Amino acid sequence: MITLEFVNVLMGLMMAGIAIVNLRDRTYEKRYNNAAFWGLYAVTFLAGSYLPNFVNGLLVIAMVSIVAVGKLGAAPPEQATRAEREVSAAKWGNRLFIPALTIPAVALLGTFTLKGFSVNGVPLVDPKQVTLISLGLATVAALIVGVIMLRPSPGAPMIEARRLMDAVSWAAVLPQMLAALGAMFALAGVGPIVAGILERWIPLDTTFAVVATYTIGMALFTSIMGNAFAAFPVMTAAIGLPLIVHRFGGNVVTMAAVGMLSGFCGTLMTPMAANFNIVPAALLELPDQNAVIKVQIPTALMLLAANTAIMYLFVFR
Amino acid sequence: MLPLIGILIVIAGFALRFNPLVVVAVAAIATGIAAGHATVDVIGAFGKAFIDSRSVPVVWLALPVIGLLERTGLKERARTVIGGIRVATTGRLLLAYLALRQITASLGLTSLGGHPQMVRPLIAPMAEAAAETRWGELPDHTRNRVKANAAAVDNIGLFFGEDIFIAIGSILLIRGFLDQNGIHVEPTSLALWAVPTALCAFVIHGTRLLLLDRSLRAEIARGRADSSLTSSARDDRDE
Repeated sequence: MITLEFVNVLMGLMMAGIAIVNLRDRTYEKRYNNAAFWGLYAVTFLAGSYLPNFVNGLLVIAMVSIVAVGKLGAAPPEQATRAEREVSAAKWGNRLFIPALTIPAVALLGTFTLKGFSVNGVPLVDPKQVTLISLGLATVAALIVGVIMLRPSPGAPMIEARRLMDAVSWAAVLPQMLAALGAMFALAGVGPIVAGILERWIPLDTTFAVVATYTIGMALFTSIMGNAFAAFPVMTAAIGLPLIVHRFGGNVVTMAAVGMLSGFCGTLMTPMAANFNIVPAALLELPDQNAVIKVQIPTALMLLAANTAIMYLFVFR
Repeated sequence: MLPLIGILIVIAGFALRFNPLVVVAVAAIATGIAAGHATVDVIGAFGKAFIDSRSVPVVWLALPVIGLLERTGLKERARTVIGGIRVATTGRLLLAYLALRQITASLGLTSLGGHPQMVRPLIAPMAEAAAETRWGELPDHTRNRVKANAAAVDNIGLFFGEDIFIAIGSILLIRGFLDQNGIHVEPTSLALWAVPTALCAFVIHGTRLLLLDRSLRAEIARGRADSSLTSSARDDRDE
């Protein structure tokens, strides 16, 4: 059975490749720092499942120390000049879109079809992880299509992956680090403590106050946790179910659905939702790491007001 | 109260612009220690939490092929295609992508977008090209604004489309949570209640996108007026 370990190995190999390209780049000032950072990251993918938790923890601390003390180097320059790329773009035309669109096409195909296959009664692919494994397979398929079509020099895909990865730099690891922080919060019982504070300090005696506290609380708590999924159980157990549904007789479906979407408004406004907000800023090489959040805040606030209105108007029907 | 120290560290660290990766790691370990666990156990729990989240960064697997295509001129081609469509403006193009992203996400096709696969190689260069076709070379801050808008559209389209699909993670989470509390709900009714917000999101953000064209034009006109006296020799560093 193909499990998530397959994706881990792919990630590990790619990170190891990026570390090696950095190490061999003699003109690059921070090559040892970057090589060590991506190299350690590769170890967490390749060996993480077999190492003791404590050792994994030390590996992560070592990665963070490199960022804190030695700093990582900036993105290396592009290999091809703009003029070369324009000539090449004119030569290949719209065929260039084929490998790029292979990724979503194969990912979708895999998601829909791989569940059906089994060998001797054992499913070919771990049914719980079909989407992620399909995405992993899709990137390999796209790379194969790209290499066959373009016939680059053998090292080119890794050199280019390294260029993009070093442009994103430490931000590439931030979403995973935040997920780990969320797990530590859960371990320490942070959610119930915050909910307790909210309940104690906000007067909740009118239906509007309750609805607004729930929707705004969802957005606020999501902003802190970086994830609506972490905020939902806490806020709904503290306010949604006991007050909106049980005390004031609101509809549980409307409460839950619109409550979750209020949390998504919070996701748009916080650097803690790094994979949506900070990573793209790095990936698009924006000088302001909060540039994407700044674009999203007006929409998020208007939409939060809309969600509050929708819930207030319909939840008590 | 003591475990809340992690939240404080995060807020203070982000506000003081320390490196976010370092801030978050410190907050995670401090939270564990504040909750009264031994340091060795905290490092172990932290390591386990990090290893358990290894599927989070899986999109980076697209980088070798995306980088290869960029080197071969993918972004330049995306620009040429959009430059040839006369009615395309930055705002209208992003509006079309918003609609596409919401609709496909509502059908469960969330992998049809994403920043590494779609926005960096295709949507952002197209949005830039649409502006360049009208107004010529963009000043850096205008270009960055267009790119940030391209990234934002991908998020907004995804968030306020996916909840209409009944088998998406958030719907499953809501059902699971309510089941634990002895309340059984149908996924279809939850998905139905995501529709009003999805429509609001399209109207609100769509309007802002159409206004973006005007705002960009004004910004460029202002910049031209300011720099008309100084010869603006923009270096040919490519984007």
